[in-house]
Amino acid sequence: MKKEPIKVREVSAATRTGNFQEVVLGYSEDEALGEASRCLQCKNPVCISGCPVGIDIKKFIYQITQKDYPAAYFTIREKNNFPLICGRVCPAEYQCRKTCVLTKKDAPFASEGAINIHFLERFVGDYGKNNDLAVSQEKEEKFSKFKVAVVGSGPAGLCCAGELARKGIKVDIFESLHKTGGVLRYGIPPFRLPWDVLDFEINYLKKLGVNFITNFLVGKAKTIKELFNEGYSNVFLGLGAGVPSFLGIKGENLCNIYSVNEFLVRVNLMSAYKFPEFHTPVNIGKNVLIVGGGNTAMDAARVALRLQKLKGYPLNTTIIYRRTEMEMPARRLEIEHAKEEGIKFEFLVSPKEFIGDEQGFVRKLICLRAQLGEPDSSGRRRPVVIEGSEFEMDCDLSVIAVGLKANQILINATPELKTDKYSDVIVDAATMESSIKGVFAGGDIVGGEGTVIEAMGMAKTAAQSIIGELSKK
Amino acid sequence: MKILNKQIINDVDGVKITQLDIFAPDIATKGQPGQFVMLMVSEKGERIPLTLVNTDKTKGTLSLIFQEAGFTTQSLGKLNSGDSLFSLVGPLGHPTEIKKYGKIILVGGGVGIAEILPVARALKNVGNHVTTILGSRNKDLLILEAELKNASDEVHIMTDDGSYGRKGFTTDMLKELLRKDKYDMIYSVGPIPMMKRVALVSKEYQTKTLVSLSALMVDATGMCGCCRVTVSGEVKFSCVDGPDFDGHGVDWVELEKRNKVYSLQEKHICNLFPAA
Repeated sequence: MKKEPIKVREVSAATRTGNFQEVVLGYSEDEALGEASRCLQCKNPVCISGCPVGIDIKKFIYQITQKDYPAAYFTIREKNNFPLICGRVCPAEYQCRKTCVLTKKDAPFASEGAINIHFLERFVGDYGKNNDLAVSQEKEEKFSKFKVAVVGSGPAGLCCAGELARKGIKVDIFESLHKTGGVLRYGIPPFRLPWDVLDFEINYLKKLGVNFITNFLVGKAKTIKELFNEGYSNVFLGLGAGVPSFLGIKGENLCNIYSVNEFLVRVNLMSAYKFPEFHTPVNIGKNVLIVGGGNTAMDAARVALRLQKLKGYPLNTTIIYRRTEMEMPARRLEIEHAKEEGIKFEFLVSPKEFIGDEQGFVRKLICLRAQLGEPDSSGRRRPVVIEGSEFEMDCDLSVIAVGLKANQILINATPELKTDKYSDVIVDAATMESSIKGVFAGGDIVGGEGTVIEAMGMAKTAAQSIIGELSKK
Repeated sequence: MKILNKQIINDVDGVKITQLDIFAPDIATKGQPGQFVMLMVSEKGERIPLTLVNTDKTKGTLSLIFQEAGFTTQSLGKLNSGDSLFSLVGPLGHPTEIKKYGKIILVGGGVGIAEILPVARALKNVGNHVTTILGSRNKDLLILEAELKNASDEVHIMTDDGSYGRKGFTTDMLKELLRKDKYDMIYSVGPIPMMKRVALVSKEYQTKTLVSLSALMVDATGMCGCCRVTVSGEVKFSCVDGPDFDGHGVDWVELEKRNKVYSLQEKHICNLFPAA
């Protein structure tokens, strides 16, 4: 008899919207054992090929069934330095779970019926955190004379640093912000990835010997060349995709129209939801419109809703997306959570113009209805606006979450670093080495906006290339 | 990030202007005129931009001059020699384009006078003829007069009440100079209404005008777009595309409105934690 997937425990929508605490509570031991027991332990575990860092999923799930949680923890850590993060933010339904043989064939959404691999990973990660398991290290004396500079402390930088430090290579991570974690800190809200979890993973790297240098903008304070001159054998660029895209429509610079980055940076990094205890402000409105359909749009909407609740406003936050729910790139879980929390959705709607008041604050958004046309290069059906379908929506605050581009500061300061038409860094995919010898890159600065685990996959390849290079020296 | 020296430059009529010399060798080594830093006074603080007024590569120090205007600058004013900032990053933004233009006019108003000083020095060093117009409400509020006299070929002082120099606005003098002679470039830093008027006047005389904009910022590395300004119909980020822009193209009305977006919160937090 086929067992149904075990649902994960969550805080109720009514409670969680009143705070910024974690929504998903994770599996208890019994739940984890129940879910792990559903795993068929396939002879050919295709799930592993779906994991960008190649975690031995079959093995760690088996170890859970044997209640050998420390062994499961080390199985994951062998391939992934961040089970607590990935277990929370990986879009597993498009990765390992998608390849799981239990996935129902005709289900409307990806990976229905598949093993909840991400929740099991999280269970194991949390077990490691709660039991303070030792670090997993393979130090080799011959590497101790090398030091590598990692630029950016987001997922790619952290992963590369972890891989190198495990071997005993000295690593300095340069971060321009005052806090580490990159998008994991400034972008992902604490109700999805709590700070103590992120800090635990970062401290794990510190235990491996990684040194963090915050408030340091490579490209301005020092060039790549200067880093080499200081004795770094290699440089890894994990710069991320930090530059927000806008719609390019009229009225977009009105007050209270935020890029998704600004909105999330204020709330997450600067704790603006605790103003005035924290000194950075953020505004909130009574009619909030979020434009976009990705994870950042879901995050912004759920943050906005929480700000409305904290302010005592009626909950009224709407996501506007130009395609339909089926094409939304956000994780299924985030869409479900947003719906449960009372976020409204307007599909097949395309923003046309923001209208403001005398003081320059946004008041309305004029939109157009759209319908789906032919598939575009992404394979998703292209939205086509319907002429004459204009309508108005009340809007006193809007967040534009329509994509992010590569940050150009370091790229502009490094003319010999070759980039593509999107201004992303060009690398040799097999090694992740850039056009500058000894300089590697990974994460969103290479492939454009992607996922945490994809970034980690690239960073890992880069780290292996660096290790390979150094072992010959 | 340690403050090595603090000097109250001015403290009259409710206007308090302070200079801090801060130990930050990496920034001091690289900082160029026109660039700025972002700082946080405390862990719970806001990130604010301040222009680099001076850098001393040998001592590894940089100097900032600021007027206490809001909560964060008031908090900054409470720090003393020996204290450290919570965060300091830079140098940020593009340096001002320093080259030989020929005859140039610098227009500084209020605390903006501090920000034109490094630019004046650099432009004079490369052989420009530098005429500086300084504006303040009255004689007591004028800062850095001697320093700017050293860095300029000519200095004109304008006060609102006529208590020093000539009575009138900086733009009155600007108009007079432009009427009499041809200039190759104008550079201006000060309150938005002043820069706006400078650009208006210089446009009449078709003289290239650079202004250093002080938009609100959060990260100041191009990440958030809080500082976006419209220049000649294009949206630019002041932090990474500026802070210097063609004054004739700036949408001043939009900038003024955007800079007031948190005025209510600013008032609230200042009332809540009044300056000690």
